[in-house]
Amino acid sequence: MSPGHFVALAVILFVIGAVGVLVRRNALVIFMCVELMLNAVNLAFVAFARLHGNLDGQVIAFFVMVVAAAEVVVGLAILMAIFRARKSASVDDANLLKY
Amino acid sequence: MTAGHLLAAGQAASTGESVAFWVLAVISVLAGLGMVLARRAVYCAVLLAVVMLSLAILYAVAGAPFLAFVQIIVYTGAVLMLFLFVLMIVGVASADSLKETIPGQRLAAGVAGIALVVLLSLVIGHAAIGPAAPGGAGYSAGNVRGLATLIFTRYVFPFEVTAALLITAALGAMVLAHRERTTPKPTQRELSQRRVAGAHPSPLPGPGVYARHNAADFPALLPDGSPSALSVSPVIAAREHELGTGPAASLPPAPAALTPGGGTANGTAGGGGPADGEPADGGPADGNPAGSEPEEARP
Repeated sequence: MSPGHFVALAVILFVIGAVGVLVRRNALVIFMCVELMLNAVNLAFVAFARLHGNLDGQVIAFFVMVVAAAEVVVGLAILMAIFRARKSASVDDANLLKY
Repeated sequence: MTAGHLLAAGQAASTGESVAFWVLAVISVLAGLGMVLARRAVYCAVLLAVVMLSLAILYAVAGAPFLAFVQIIVYTGAVLMLFLFVLMIVGVASADSLKETIPGQRLAAGVAGIALVVLLSLVIGHAAIGPAAPGGAGYSAGNVRGLATLIFTRYVFPFEVTAALLITAALGAMVLAHRERTTPKPTQRELSQRRVAGAHPSPLPGPGVYARHNAADFPALLPDGSPSALSVSPVIAAREHELGTGPAASLPPAPAALTPGGGTANGTAGGGGPADGEPADGGPADGNPAGSEPEEARP
């Protein structure tokens, strides 16, 4: 299995996540789609690490996972704060800065 | 071992690898599509778990067993559980509405997605990605050992910065999730008065689980033989009422004053009930019904 196949799969998953971020309006689902995009990029990193025969890509993927975990923690806390204030998880309802 | 043996072994390994890749690629792409298309957030979470587990196996196939386990432990174990916890708080039943707030948003998003696919495919097609390298020092010395060497030598500074990031994230989550008390803390007297203030000071009757059946949706019988609507959770009753089957389907709706969240509990199980994604269950900020918080009354 050449790394090109893995990269192609990563592209497909990344685009699916990007379309999800654009389409969905539940903030939680948008977060999940962001996670899907991060995972796709991780897959590309692993494939490129294999392509080059070294482990640097895997280390970068590891760091991406750590950053993603931190991002999820803070993002979900923000989401809960918004939910407390607005009683909704829809991104359409968080529009107080719009006007 | 001759070159022929090596070639044969590589051939067999690549066959198994390609089978695993194609199966997992199809599964993960389908689950990803389902995640984008599923209306309910819980389905999205479960499908995301499928994607993440498939990717974990793909990491293992691609020569990254450490990342595979980190993926399972961190993503599927921790991150997705966090998602589900927040999902349970924010409202399980909240489903996305189908109406578009921005006209043509879905169409534009689809076009943008196709454009992104074309763009990235062209980039990758021009890159001419060759076959995998025959394995450097990192792969031969063992994956975990090689990763540890890299992390603690060349990437030691990003690693330490990562520690700072994690601590900052934990503190940030604590600060954001903290809620200032805006009303005075209810005293024991107020709690006890609130508990007996409702129409039903005693605990609600349990379902007829042990007496008649072994399912929680089986209503208990009143002394006159009629089923008690109070004995079944309003969420279960509303769901079975919607499905039209089950022993709780024909129950009259429980009095709104006695169900948590009032009359909105019936909209909880309805697929199209809360149309704008508004959670139907009263959050923890709402007034609890009488008799539902006996723990706080204890000194």
